[in-house]
Amino acid sequence: MSLGGGSAGGTEAALDLYGRPSLSRRVGSLLGWGACLLAVCLIGAPLVWVIYGVVARAAPHWHWSVITETTSSTGGGGLANEIVGTLLLMAGVIVVAGTIGILSGVYLAEYAKGHVGSLLRAGSEVLAGIPSIVLGYVGYIALVIGLRWQFSLAAALIALSLLTVPYIAKSTEAALRQVPTAYREGADALGMSELLTLRRITLKTALPGVTTGLLVAIAISLGETAPLLYTAGFTDNMPSLSLTHSPVGYLTYAVWTFYNQPSTSFQNLSYDAALILVVLVFVLIVASRLIVALTQKHTEKN
Amino acid sequence: MALTTRQAPAAQASIRQPKGRGPLAWLPAISRKSASNRSLLRYVAGLAALLPALALAGIIVILANKAWPAVRVNGVSFLWRSAWAPGNTYGNPVKTDGVLHPVGVAYGALPLIVGTLASSGIAVVFAVPLSIGAALAVVEKLPRRASYVVGMFLELLAGIPSVVFGLWGILTFGPVLSRDVYPAVASIMPKVPILRFFRGDTGYGEGLMTAGLVLAVMIVPIVAATTRDLLRQVPALQKEGAAALGMNEWEVVRKVSIPWVRAGIIGASVLGLARALGETMAIAMVSGSLLGTMPANLYGKMGTIASTIVQQLDGAFSDGTGFAVKTLAEFALLLAVITLLTNIAARFLVRKVSTTALPVGRGV
Repeated sequence: MSLGGGSAGGTEAALDLYGRPSLSRRVGSLLGWGACLLAVCLIGAPLVWVIYGVVARAAPHWHWSVITETTSSTGGGGLANEIVGTLLLMAGVIVVAGTIGILSGVYLAEYAKGHVGSLLRAGSEVLAGIPSIVLGYVGYIALVIGLRWQFSLAAALIALSLLTVPYIAKSTEAALRQVPTAYREGADALGMSELLTLRRITLKTALPGVTTGLLVAIAISLGETAPLLYTAGFTDNMPSLSLTHSPVGYLTYAVWTFYNQPSTSFQNLSYDAALILVVLVFVLIVASRLIVALTQKHTEKN
Repeated sequence: MALTTRQAPAAQASIRQPKGRGPLAWLPAISRKSASNRSLLRYVAGLAALLPALALAGIIVILANKAWPAVRVNGVSFLWRSAWAPGNTYGNPVKTDGVLHPVGVAYGALPLIVGTLASSGIAVVFAVPLSIGAALAVVEKLPRRASYVVGMFLELLAGIPSVVFGLWGILTFGPVLSRDVYPAVASIMPKVPILRFFRGDTGYGEGLMTAGLVLAVMIVPIVAATTRDLLRQVPALQKEGAAALGMNEWEVVRKVSIPWVRAGIIGASVLGLARALGETMAIAMVSGSLLGTMPANLYGKMGTIASTIVQQLDGAFSDGTGFAVKTLAEFALLLAVITLLTNIAARFLVRKVSTTALPVGRGV
């Protein structure tokens, strides 16, 4: 029997006659943890549902020719040009956004001081908060129309890089900040140049964080559609390597455009593209965990 | 990622540059007798660090420049008007205030502002309690291995492309809701103010409620992961003290942990809100794309600013005067301002309570 519905704050009602927490406290605790576990399940359910939905739509008509043939404008064909386009965009983002992002992270962590540092950092964080469709729209006005690049790889890469640089910069900076100051002082004392210190000591120690940032950037360039629709355009052909005046096809475009086409062969391509995207995301996540685990081992050894 | 060593690099920098105290101390030290690659590295890295801020300024300037003629023609009432009339694009265009536009244009942002705020609001209402509950379970209750799995689930949720959620929402989730859930909810709601929006035609699964629920699924990762990282920072001493006073685990969580990170949780929720406000592709697929009028009820078709921009840009080119494109620039500017304010508010709230910097954007 409980001595009353008191909360833990009330001293008299906290325990029952047997010295255990009162019934209402035990029930409250049970309900609370029950709700938390339910929340975990409710978060897991949509994920399972989404993945099941994609697999169930794509699997029955899956042909391996999907990844070897290019899309045919009359319906059917495969997704080879979109896959190559997506991989091309990913590689471009690693080169462009990776360089700028890592350098920017290095500056923010090692050199930027006081107000200037927080101003640059705020600028980068605010840029990350700009919706991707706004970036795509500005890319369209400024690059595709303004500079007459037309739908092109360069315009798409700039839009995607604007989107991903803040992530890479942020994780590089955070990782560099966790490198002990003594490492840098030791390198200084040995007379190592700044560039050498960075390459051999600080960036090497910070490698897991830098890698995480790059992988997030890759995942974004894999999954984004809004900044690409009006910068990359679309083509049925394999992407040419010219930077301007040549549109690039990519996987998310296929999902977005083909799903409500009347022809079932287009609809099937849409489901296939969704399946490939989900598989690629899964591979990326597993790879990121492996890489981080490996690099962490590596840096600890040194 | 906890930045517990935040102070260290600053102290480090001042050790290395003892002379640089003046207002230009942050500039690369060119005049010093340093190795040339030293100043070069600083120059190049500094330039890279400047790029995002420059790009941000450039984006705002380009948008404002493009939108300005539309702002003048559409006027201030643009913000509270319900209208979407591209005008007669085949007739002779006319000039207002020196801006060329088709006859009979009327654009109003109100339905889209309402659609954007309402769908994101629904998303936050559903996502935040679930995220807090899951974060509590992960930090305080679940064994290490289960936490790892939940963390991976969150990463997957954050990584799945927006269009895939859209595809799921329009083909699977929406139809199931409109068949099994919405009619049941609509039939038990009384005819009183506010709750009457829950009544009426439940549609076919495209609309405000479906969009809000899909958004909820999409913002769960960022809210849950941020809350989880905040909860991990609650000092053990305070929790142990509470336990020593006789509180059970749940009471420790409720009376120590949650109050400790309350402002941070609010910040994480606002960050999720900002993400929902800017979400484009999934909403474009499940919203039903209504233009110019308010959604009829909670299940009604609607549009958001972002989804409308992506869907209308193609059609806007048919306006030979370019006025439709300029109006879309005005919408984009409006969206950028709304999300910027939301983001800044979120970061301010989290900075106040913790050393955890908020993840950028999706960040898990």
